[in-house]
Amino acid sequence: MVTSVTSFGRSGLSDWLLQRVSAAILLAYFVFIVVAVWGGVDYASWKALFSQTWVRIFSLLAVLSLAAHAWIGMWAVLTDYLTERLMGTKGNVLRFCFQILCSLTIFVYVVWSIQILWSY
Amino acid sequence: MRLPITAWVSIAHRASGVFIFAGTAVLIWMLDASLKSPESFAELQECLSGALFKLILWAVVSGLIYHSVAGVKHLVADFGIGETMEGGILGARITIGVSVVLILIAGAWIW
Repeated sequence: MVTSVTSFGRSGLSDWLLQRVSAAILLAYFVFIVVAVWGGVDYASWKALFSQTWVRIFSLLAVLSLAAHAWIGMWAVLTDYLTERLMGTKGNVLRFCFQILCSLTIFVYVVWSIQILWSY
Repeated sequence: MRLPITAWVSIAHRASGVFIFAGTAVLIWMLDASLKSPESFAELQECLSGALFKLILWAVVSGLIYHSVAGVKHLVADFGIGETMEGGILGARITIGVSVVLILIAGAWIW
């Protein structure tokens, strides 16, 4: 059996489940944010909302879910289109470069979000 | 390209996923500006009154809406609902219909 070394959980079943659990969390967070901003917000109420611990934890949970979800999703897309079968060895090099770019972006999103959530 | 509606809905799910992965940078930047200080919050509000920024935000939110609706279709299918050819086509149509309505509501809300 060939095991994938660049997928998120190194197992298709694990990625499959994580993609769905993270999707449910992200959907819940999306709805939460829509409800929060729907009637309009001012700085004081917005700041008060994000100074609550549960909102910060929920936000971090959403960001970590995004990290897993985006990794799995981008992996699925990259391994379908940037492949050796479609473009020769160049496909492997290109895919690897894009995967590095994705993981770097995810890393920045996570650290940036933590800074926003806990330093203001 | 002549493809069935189910294929377009699937391709758009992927494309919107890639798009909102990049668009997340805009959303985190907005969260940053909105929480940093009252001044940066006011600057963000100023930014959001411009047509270009409204368009960018609408594009990202539209991507989020479509990706979410198409994702729910996937979750429903995981429970064995709509796995037939007819079910797939109906699911694809519902995905497009619900997304268009929600995207228009989001547009009205942003403007």
